Amino acid sequence: MPEAPAGLDSTVHAPWSDDITRVPYWVYRDAALAKAEQQRIFEGPVWNFLCLESEIPEPGDWRATQVGQMPVVAARDADGSIAAFENRCAHRGALICLDNAGKGARDFQCVYHAWRYDLRGNLASVAFQRGVNGKGGMPDSFRLSDYGPRKLRTTTLFGLVFATLRDDTPDIETFVGDEVLAQMRRIVDGRHVEIIGRFVEVLPNNWKMYAENVRDSYHASLLHLFFATFKINRLSQGGGLIVSPNGGCSVSSTIAPETADDISYSGLRSANDDYQLEDRGLIDVVDEHPDRIRQQIITVFPNFAMQKTQNAMALRFFVPDGIDRTRLEWIYFGYTDDTEEMRKRRLRHLNLGGPAGFVSMEDGCIGNFVERGIATAEDDHSIVAMGGSGIETQQTRATEAAVRGFWSLWRKLVAL
Amino acid sequence: MTTLRLAELNAAYAAAIDQDRLEAWPDFFTDDCLYKVTSADNERAGMQAGIVYADSRAMLRDRITALRTANIYERQAYRHIIGLPLIGAQSDGFVEAETPFIIARITRNARTDLFATGVYRDRVVERGGALRFQERIVVCDSNHFDTLLAIPL
Repeated sequence: MPEAPAGLDSTVHAPWSDDITRVPYWVYRDAALAKAEQQRIFEGPVWNFLCLESEIPEPGDWRATQVGQMPVVAARDADGSIAAFENRCAHRGALICLDNAGKGARDFQCVYHAWRYDLRGNLASVAFQRGVNGKGGMPDSFRLSDYGPRKLRTTTLFGLVFATLRDDTPDIETFVGDEVLAQMRRIVDGRHVEIIGRFVEVLPNNWKMYAENVRDSYHASLLHLFFATFKINRLSQGGGLIVSPNGGCSVSSTIAPETADDISYSGLRSANDDYQLEDRGLIDVVDEHPDRIRQQIITVFPNFAMQKTQNAMALRFFVPDGIDRTRLEWIYFGYTDDTEEMRKRRLRHLNLGGPAGFVSMEDGCIGNFVERGIATAEDDHSIVAMGGSGIETQQTRATEAAVRGFWSLWRKLVAL
Repeated sequence: MTTLRLAELNAAYAAAIDQDRLEAWPDFFTDDCLYKVTSADNERAGMQAGIVYADSRAMLRDRITALRTANIYERQAYRHIIGLPLIGAQSDGFVEAETPFIIARITRNARTDLFATGVYRDRVVERGGALRFQERIVVCDSNHFDTLLAIPL
């Protein structure tokens, strides 16, 4: 067990007891934690989402992304395998790849002094290594193989590429657990996925507030009027919450409403029977799976989510950009064999998600409402006690078990 | 159709939004319109989806009703500065134009921020003597959107 991160002594903050139903507010605000999170979470024994396999189909195709705040390149090697390495030249530390993505690269060359890397990030040559006319150059003892950016171990799951910095990270199937795996399979296995949009939303809050939000099945129908009013997601509808054995991954599922006359939301702001849509195209659902699940949010620790809401599908991943900002990437997708009608339906249903989404715009501001609310409450704490104090799978979404699950794995890795 | 008529259309469009007369916004479109907010990166990559995608005027009206009665977001306003339209293809029934814009956002208790820049790619038709957008694709220059986009661009 590693020691608690330096700079976080209990004389500054009230200690965090073992009680996982209380989360002290300083964990969102202490800049000293950000370094520990980078090293122990993002570079720790977890799987970070990098990209889709279909984004880099051919050898030499690559995509730049981030593992936490670490710049990373994912590239398809000549043998068809996918490599990932830190986007940092071994020489002076400049970015090796300067664009978001590229196709058909034979190698990568740093612009600063032309150090060259192969598609796996191995240092392949150093410009003027032997100097010029016998003068200058690197020492004779310099070996290319001794230098290079940090390498990541990659794995793929249903066409999604994940990477880890650690040798002891369990395989991804074990990491997400059988129950979560089965629900990921439901959405993407055996289907050819096509990206149909990609947008970045800048959130004015700590990244962990968003990690909680995507796991918080309690808030969905209370904050989001669209979910409750149109019975897309009410706690009184069937469904449940799965939490992976490690606590960090989850699935919340909502089944289509069984009855028209659900009165459990009477008096709540979010269930407004007076509110009607003029164009029902936003909510005309076609069930694509044998079950009646109409909404599903799947999370993978630390910062990945996949969702299917009605017929709209999206991947989300988010990385810290300082202690109080988060960069949230939305990747909208369909299936390559969508009919024109189904594709149009997905495009309409996507109005629920993203930076302008009827539902998601509210998640985009709620974190900042918390940031401002807790401005002088660092030694106070939030209450995460819905559904008990455990992190087990439950047959209800009126629970915060997945939020507790996130914190349980986070605390284990950060050693707090 | 002249550049001046298109400029007048854009001026009225901007005023309706910036003066919080959002209920008038859908009336700038035809019934079978397409209004989409996307980014230059997405357009270049041929991506279909937008962060707003409305293929009927009724969907535009629904968005305004949602902003007024359903959605939770911080009170805010825009200031549009819309440039001169660059006219492209045209015939008797329609004109296509590309028009640059700058939009500043004023959020409750905060300063004025530069929120979005880009171009409107428009297909404009005449209906009953007035110009209407049959298609308005809002192509933002940046792919980054500061949380959150509530009011239409």
